[in-house]
Amino acid sequence: MSEPIIRIEGMNKWFGQFHVLRDIDLTVNRAERIVICGPSGSGKSTLIRCINRLEEHQKGTIVVEGIELTGDLKQIDNVRREVGMVFQQFNLFPHLTVLENCTLAPIWVRRTPRAEAEELAMEYLTRVKIPEQALKYPGQLSGGQQQRVAIARSLCMRPKIMLFDEPTSALDPEMIKEVLDVMVELAETEMTMLVVTHEMGFARQVAHRVIFMDEGQIVEQNEPEEFFYNPKSDRTKLFLSQILSH
Amino acid sequence: MSDIANHPGGSFYRTENIPQSPPPVSTVGVLGWMRQNLFSSPFNTALTLLTLYLLYLVVPPLFQWAFIDSLLEGESNKDCRGIAGACWVLVPKRFGQYIYGFYPEPERWRVNLTFILFCLNLLPVLSDRVPGRTFAALFLVFGFPVVAFVLLHGAFGLEVVPTHKWGGLTLTLVFASVAILFSLPIGILLALGRRSEMPVIRTICIAFIELWRAVPLITVLFMASFVLPLFTPEGVNANELLRALIGFIMFASAYMAEVVRGGLQALPKGQTEAAQALGLNYWKSMQLIILPQALKIVIPGIVNTFIALFKDTALVSIIGLFDLLLVARSAVTDPKWLGLEHESYIFAAVIYFVFCFSMSRYSLWLERKLDTGHRT
Ligand SMILES: Nc1ncnc2c1ncn2[C@@H]1O[C@H](COP(=O)(O)OP(=O)(O)O)[C@@H](O)[C@H]1O
Ligand SMILES: [Mg+2]
Repeated sequence: MSEPIIRIEGMNKWFGQFHVLRDIDLTVNRAERIVICGPSGSGKSTLIRCINRLEEHQKGTIVVEGIELTGDLKQIDNVRREVGMVFQQFNLFPHLTVLENCTLAPIWVRRTPRAEAEELAMEYLTRVKIPEQALKYPGQLSGGQQQRVAIARSLCMRPKIMLFDEPTSALDPEMIKEVLDVMVELAETEMTMLVVTHEMGFARQVAHRVIFMDEGQIVEQNEPEEFFYNPKSDRTKLFLSQILSH
Repeated sequence: MSDIANHPGGSFYRTENIPQSPPPVSTVGVLGWMRQNLFSSPFNTALTLLTLYLLYLVVPPLFQWAFIDSLLEGESNKDCRGIAGACWVLVPKRFGQYIYGFYPEPERWRVNLTFILFCLNLLPVLSDRVPGRTFAALFLVFGFPVVAFVLLHGAFGLEVVPTHKWGGLTLTLVFASVAILFSLPIGILLALGRRSEMPVIRTICIAFIELWRAVPLITVLFMASFVLPLFTPEGVNANELLRALIGFIMFASAYMAEVVRGGLQALPKGQTEAAQALGLNYWKSMQLIILPQALKIVIPGIVNTFIALFKDTALVSIIGLFDLLLVARSAVTDPKWLGLEHESYIFAAVIYFVFCFSMSRYSLWLERKLDTGHRT
């Protein structure tokens, strides 16, 4: 086995007095795809935000691509280059066109020449099936299109790991599929993916492993089939019965 | 109706699409606009008529006074006898002083040249039809003040014109443009500092902003003019204009900082997070993502502050700097022009208005141009 791409050991985090993540141990292998689910407020977002240091952990270790996350700003920058993130609210830059959204980081962070960055951006915009929208502003696109741009924007940095925080939760129902389709295609490229989602169909189709979190802890993890048809913990059973009943 | 199987109270289904049709004529065109905006209700109609009546009462007599019954050419206030309207005679005679103060006449081309260069430098900053915005903006702050100083004050063989001879619109413009030019970048840095996660920087910025905001501008000017010299060591005698200017800039920066902070706070946290997640460091994410959006949101507030600053320059007349307002006031203390206060002050007011109104129009134009419709 090669070295895992993400290694989290004994990680704890507090928001003030509130113990939001408790003794998290998690290793992710290269090209592994993990779906994280759990009730609202269980710490799923906080966990994946610790991986690219949008949140700071207070105890334990996180090592990403051999780089340990400490207070060292240089290390943090290096990790963020390797890790892409897609947010629930898209967070596109509204003052820039779709193309500029995609070329910004390659140009300013990776120092890619503009022409090359634009070529790369068009390639990824084609992969998410909206090359014709390149010159529009995000405000002119539908939610599903915006989220696909957000995915393309992250991919333009050629990350080794992609984090998704409920990428379809803010979308109208008819747009969820177009985003999930793009994510499924991404999965076929052997990208390492950590996806917080309640789309169980996606989890079954794509995930190698499903992690269930509750109250800041990893309560259960298993292969998708086992996880859905044969959950061990009572909390998992309760949660599954709630999300599958509708 | 026959194409819709319509059973009252029962189910129905549509078999044909209703095509798009234009809106009713009464809502479009000039008449439609007037009906919707001026005569939409009895109350609105009454207001419209009342406004028209007030305009009728005020505008024609004013026009008559200023342009018809008025006198433009003359030697002194004696010529004004028998003139029912405005007696503008002092304006053409004193025009040079309104514009240049006591700047010596043979050297006034230097002021004109400075003004023209300033406009040329400003052009690429204000409009994107002219290339080189970034360079022009940097030069405006770091290079142009030197050029302006050499030209206005004199050096390298140009005859020195000490600052106490500067006056009129020239002084007002120097004061306003320097204050505007410096208060924006300083204000931005203060606003960023105030939101910094480093306690020392944050505290310093808060203290600075609150201190300057808590003091009336007139007090700042008095301090700079009369109190500061008491504390500076012998021999170090900073120029009076410069002292007032620095006080003015500090004061303006504190206000600007709060305006900018409003814009920073209006941005959703996700913008910073997305920039960080892409690997942009603090300064790059500020420069490329946060500030362009935050400043755009507060354009009205920034320009509002600019306009207020421009007019506040009139306060420097109280510490004896010979700005446009003081020129207007002292012109009519001359026995030759006694009794022409209205004309003198109105002329000054018109000059102030032209500059402030232009800034206001520019701001509206800019807002519209930068609107990329992200609120939809
Ligand atoms: N910045 C913050 N400050 C304080 N509490 C927070 C902050 N962010 C999240 N929390 C709290 O931490 C808990 C976990 O949040 P989160 O990770 O967003 O949960 P999830 O994504 O699983 O819904 C929640 O109770 C939330 O209220
Ligand atoms: Mg969440």
